Amino acid sequence: MKPDIFQAIADPTRRAILTLIAVEALTPNTMAEKFDMTRQAVSKHIKVLQECGLIKPEPSGREIYYHFNAKKMQEFDRWLDQFRKSWETQFNQLEKLLSTIKKQKK
Amino acid sequence: MNNDLLFDFKLDKAAKMVYMTRQFDAPQALVWDAFTTAELLDQWSAPAPMRAKTKYMDFKVGGRRFYAMIAPDGSEGWLVQEYMAISPITNFKMYSTFADKDENREMPGSEWDHNFSEQNGLTTVHIAIFNESLPRLERMLELGFKEAFIMNLNRLEEVLKLIER
Repeated sequence: MKPDIFQAIADPTRRAILTLIAVEALTPNTMAEKFDMTRQAVSKHIKVLQECGLIKPEPSGREIYYHFNAKKMQEFDRWLDQFRKSWETQFNQLEKLLSTIKKQKK
Repeated sequence: MNNDLLFDFKLDKAAKMVYMTRQFDAPQALVWDAFTTAELLDQWSAPAPMRAKTKYMDFKVGGRRFYAMIAPDGSEGWLVQEYMAISPITNFKMYSTFADKDENREMPGSEWDHNFSEQNGLTTVHIAIFNESLPRLERMLELGFKEAFIMNLNRLEEVLKLIER
């Protein structure tokens, strides 16, 4: 099964990688240097981030630069916003219902 | 109606938790009933223009509520909520899953923990939801809110700040 955004973001190193990539696209070698990690360890994190669509590779000459995929994060944010809005609506409905019941009891 | 009543919504991505808090200007026993009886739940537990229709509900530990969210075009999305723990009128826990119209559940589901408390006539409800996966959360959201949705591009920055935390 593909990793989802929750799994990708649950790891502090991957959060740090995302934060860096959001500022500028990086190669795996640069990431390894910045985080003082092996290339293999970096590759594992890149794989997870890429599989859930949070980062995108773009070859440039012999190097591959990884970019932050803002669109994916927006999708996620949108889902969440819908969920929040829907509950806001439901709670407002409940509030009206409670107020009606209270009036009937009086 | 008092519009200053609290509504708080938080996501903890790392823990895969959503937290909601809402205050109501009503006694705790009444709010409890609104969350735990089918007749009342059907009047508020789907966001308009959707509506909720409970097929049956057995509010006891191990019991279930089997209900549909019905869209304006008549399409139905079925859900099963199984009650895992009940302490009237302060707490109940349930396990919510999508289902088909024959009540076949689709695992995994999400765990819902409800806490109720009253102070100065105001009842506060805390809800904590644990979702195993994002694809499931996505489905939970798609169930009827597309119409209500307005994209807000500017929130990306806030999300990024959340990640940094």
